[in-house]
Amino acid sequence: MTSNYLVYLIALPLLGSALLLFAGRKADKWGHLLGTAMSGGAFVIGLYEFSQMLGRSTEQRAVTQKLFSWISVGSFQVDAGLMLDQLSICFVLLITGVGTLIHIYSIAYMSHDLDRRRFFAYLNLFIAAMLLLVLGDSYLNLYVGWEGVGLASYLLIGFWNQKPTYATAAKKAFVANRVGDMGLSLAIMIAFATLGTVSFAGVKEQASQASTGALTAIGIMLLVAATGKSAQFPLQAWLGDAMAGPTPVSALIHAATMVTAGVYLITRSNFIFDAAPTAQLCVAIIGAITLLFGAIIGTAKDDIKKALAASTMSQIGYMVLGAGLGPAGYAFAIMHLLTHGFFKAGMFLGAGSVMHGMDDEVNMRRYGGLSKFMPITFATFGLGYLAIIGVPPFAGFYSKDKIIEVAFNAGGIKGITLGCAALLGAAITAFYMTRVVILTFAGSKRWDDKAHPHESPVLMWLPMALLAIGSVASGFIFTRGNSLKNWLAPVVEQSPVHEGELLKPEVVSVLALVLVLLGVGLAVVKYLRKEIPLVAPTNVSIFTRIARRDLLQDDFNEAVFMKTGQKLTKALVVTDKSIIDGAVRGVAKLVQGSGSALRTTQTGFVRSYAMWILIGAIGLVAAIWVVTL
Amino acid sequence: MSNVNWLTTLGLLPLLGALFVAFLPKTNALAAKRAAFATTLIVAAAGIAMATQFQRDNVDLQFVESHSWIPTFGINYAVGVDGIALVLILLSVLLAPIVVLAGWNEASGGRWSAKTFYILILILETMMIGVFAATDVFLFYVFFEAMLVPVYFLIGGFGSGKRSAAAVKFLLYSLFGGLLMLASIIALYVISGEQGGHTFDTTALSHLQISHTTQNFLFLGFFIAFAIKAPLWPFHTWLPDAADAATPGTSVLLLGVLDKVGTFGMIRYCLTLFPDATKTFTPVIIVLAVISIIYGAFLAIGQTDFKRLIAFTSISHFGFITMGIFAMTTQGQSGATLYMFNHGFSTAALFLVAGWMTSRRGSSKIADFGGLQRVTPVMAWVFFFAGMSSLALPGLSSFVSEFLVLVGTYTRYPVAAIVGTFGIVLAALYILIPIQRSLHGPVMPGNEGLTDLNVREKVAIAPVVAIILVLGFYPAPLLNVINPTVTHVLTINGHTDPAPSIAKAGK
Repeated sequence: MTSNYLVYLIALPLLGSALLLFAGRKADKWGHLLGTAMSGGAFVIGLYEFSQMLGRSTEQRAVTQKLFSWISVGSFQVDAGLMLDQLSICFVLLITGVGTLIHIYSIAYMSHDLDRRRFFAYLNLFIAAMLLLVLGDSYLNLYVGWEGVGLASYLLIGFWNQKPTYATAAKKAFVANRVGDMGLSLAIMIAFATLGTVSFAGVKEQASQASTGALTAIGIMLLVAATGKSAQFPLQAWLGDAMAGPTPVSALIHAATMVTAGVYLITRSNFIFDAAPTAQLCVAIIGAITLLFGAIIGTAKDDIKKALAASTMSQIGYMVLGAGLGPAGYAFAIMHLLTHGFFKAGMFLGAGSVMHGMDDEVNMRRYGGLSKFMPITFATFGLGYLAIIGVPPFAGFYSKDKIIEVAFNAGGIKGITLGCAALLGAAITAFYMTRVVILTFAGSKRWDDKAHPHESPVLMWLPMALLAIGSVASGFIFTRGNSLKNWLAPVVEQSPVHEGELLKPEVVSVLALVLVLLGVGLAVVKYLRKEIPLVAPTNVSIFTRIARRDLLQDDFNEAVFMKTGQKLTKALVVTDKSIIDGAVRGVAKLVQGSGSALRTTQTGFVRSYAMWILIGAIGLVAAIWVVTL
Repeated sequence: MSNVNWLTTLGLLPLLGALFVAFLPKTNALAAKRAAFATTLIVAAAGIAMATQFQRDNVDLQFVESHSWIPTFGINYAVGVDGIALVLILLSVLLAPIVVLAGWNEASGGRWSAKTFYILILILETMMIGVFAATDVFLFYVFFEAMLVPVYFLIGGFGSGKRSAAAVKFLLYSLFGGLLMLASIIALYVISGEQGGHTFDTTALSHLQISHTTQNFLFLGFFIAFAIKAPLWPFHTWLPDAADAATPGTSVLLLGVLDKVGTFGMIRYCLTLFPDATKTFTPVIIVLAVISIIYGAFLAIGQTDFKRLIAFTSISHFGFITMGIFAMTTQGQSGATLYMFNHGFSTAALFLVAGWMTSRRGSSKIADFGGLQRVTPVMAWVFFFAGMSSLALPGLSSFVSEFLVLVGTYTRYPVAAIVGTFGIVLAALYILIPIQRSLHGPVMPGNEGLTDLNVREKVAIAPVVAIILVLGFYPAPLLNVINPTVTHVLTINGHTDPAPSIAKAGK
């Protein structure tokens, strides 16, 4: 099946972005409206495509659109082609739906910013790039969107780049992402050298003939790409700093959509990972490490956005773990991705709402008791909170428990280890999220009288409320009759989940709930019952200190990569001047010494040139004369 | 239209323009500028018209002309183009008017009058067309060497800083390479005499039977000349000095076009004349290319001056081009040729905007800038865009060529491609660090009063931006011209693309 409308999904926001950037200050008055309309328009097209899809039989659901031949050299043939199937439509609706809500929110949130138009231009650019990422029909098309969202992310993290630390945060994100992109580049090269194609359909078709070694290599490289984009271990360090961007950006790009691109990539490449068990295991391990890594950092953060960022890292860890569990896990990884898109975006917008009312304060130690002043924010944030910690019947309960369950049932030590990690993560999640809620909304007020907390305007709370509905209902809808699993089946070719191999679903749910309650209880005891100091106490254990320093991720990177790189650069600059150019100058001096009459003044240069030409000409004539004799 | 002597006309037009400018009064700089700009525009239009007449599936040389020049030695005025040469001539004639318009006041700080400046630029344009069009090796050599003269005077007479020293270094370096090439050319002439008649005709020379050892020596003569020109590590040290001293416009022509003579020469002469020697030296050259990629990138990161930084990024980019050429795959070589074109515009954007920044601020030190995004938003945007093009952001033209080079190299030399791929991370650093320092952060004292781009500058840069964008999404017009020639060159060298490994496994 083909569709002629796919390109407009991307074209609308791209056009919006271009118009807003080129129109300049003239568009300041209506720029945000245009940007929102373009995103909304893409959402409408997405809904239309979705309704069309529902009307077709399972095999007929995927549609494609070939625009033109993009790169054609020898057997390297890449079309500018788009493909919308059951997997990508999930993303299209998430990106444009949540995206449009966040556009609406930003109208109010950014209303005092002089550069609001530019902000909307970047948001539109992001939507376009992200849609290209999920709609491209080949790895190379995906790559364009992949780096495109990286660019948009860079521009938005550094939106207030007059502050040097923000500019540095933007650069750090770009560079970390480029390390990941290198993996994607290499994966594409290996795929072409091995399979002779880089289109999804082509790779899928040829993969069965390739050696396991080649597929493992491709898989590992794709994983590297995913760790960069999705802030997974060991390329996770940029995400916390990325909170320098305006909060709507954190909600859309650094929670709901862009950072989940790695999960999309792995799920999209299921045909590679299913045939390369080693690579698949690596995916699961990276996911498990990151879900704990992020959760631990989350417990130590006082900055509300950084706490949520750590939580995002951890939750994506769950998704990656799910995707690393193969056919049994893909659907649940995507399900958690979608439910997370609702509740985390909602909570980030809630955090933005709090900051809006608190004079841009982000330190939770200076919040406290805000539920009275911001009832709607509290309610929507609260629903998101219940969803993320996995209380039934909220969204996270369905999606996260499924991943834990599949992990346990992966078999052997692998299953037990991954399952326990996921279970432990759930307990820590409950702890740090309860801490966030208590520090922000409960307890006594800890802000000074300069702040005047108030509820945000309707343009801000309406998107939060809509996302909260998603936090409540989406898990239930996705699991009812296995709707999402069955929907995705044609793409991820799942095998039936071996339920109850080790632990039955009910057992997992009970276990998880007990641990969640433990986490919640611990946080209540620690933060609700006690006075919260305004400044983080310093007489804490080494573990707390390490957690506060993000488990030393930056210290490690700086010591190992940055310092080494800087030393190498310096050494090379010196080498270039003294040794390589030195040798050249040495030779020049030698020549000079033997013909010093030819130098020093400007006319001397010209004369030396003439001299060389003369020598050359004489040599030439002499040679020819000798030859023709 | 076949009766039009396209190449000769194209080559003579700038020379006529130069002659016209020469008759203008010395005091009227504006007239000289206008005449030069009009000339380059006409040449660009003629170049595009010629390109539309090119039959892209015909691998023979086209627009061929041949006249006996020095019959005693069998030297002909012989010109013609294949797809690769056509693309590079297009690059030259398109960049020339942009350079003239962008650097409208470049001649003002010079030793000589503006008139002289534009005469030199126009003469240089003739030489650039000639060097790519020549099909007689001796004619090529004449253009190759003669080209140095206007550049020498452009750097030494109109540059800044240590311009004289830089000009001499450039000249001596190039002459040294040229002499080695001359020796090889003479040897070829001798050998052709032994095998049925003296000739300098490139096609005839490619049919010579040359012993392997001799080929090796002759190859090196050509290759070292081209490696200096390109420049390839470790022959690169003249470039940063030259780029530092030259006016921005001269730098654009120097790095954008003249250096391409090196990589063009590798394909046209090294590969087609000496296939056996090419095989012998390929591993060494691939290593040098990979070193250039990484080394150039590190050096770029370590620079404190915009002009030197851009020069080192080019050394890294030339590493990619050379690697693509010697990967001996269609993707590698087509990518490399496309890279030559794209790099011309990418570097033009970088150098021109750096030039504007420098002339406004009175310094090219990166540390003297800061917060320009607030002061001069349009200029900041153009610089950012140029930077994205230099780091090969997908969606921009340089990505297509860089990725083709990498994928084409990977199929034959995976290790080289993998190491080369590290270049894309380093590129992010060498672009984003100066962008952060100059555009972001608080406005640096001394930057408050800088003016944004004026209409002339916007008009000059607009086509560059447009070409970078359009070719990023639709490179087919160039690839369709390049591909047949590249396939032809590889056939001469007895190479076919490696089959996918699943096909090799016979499954």
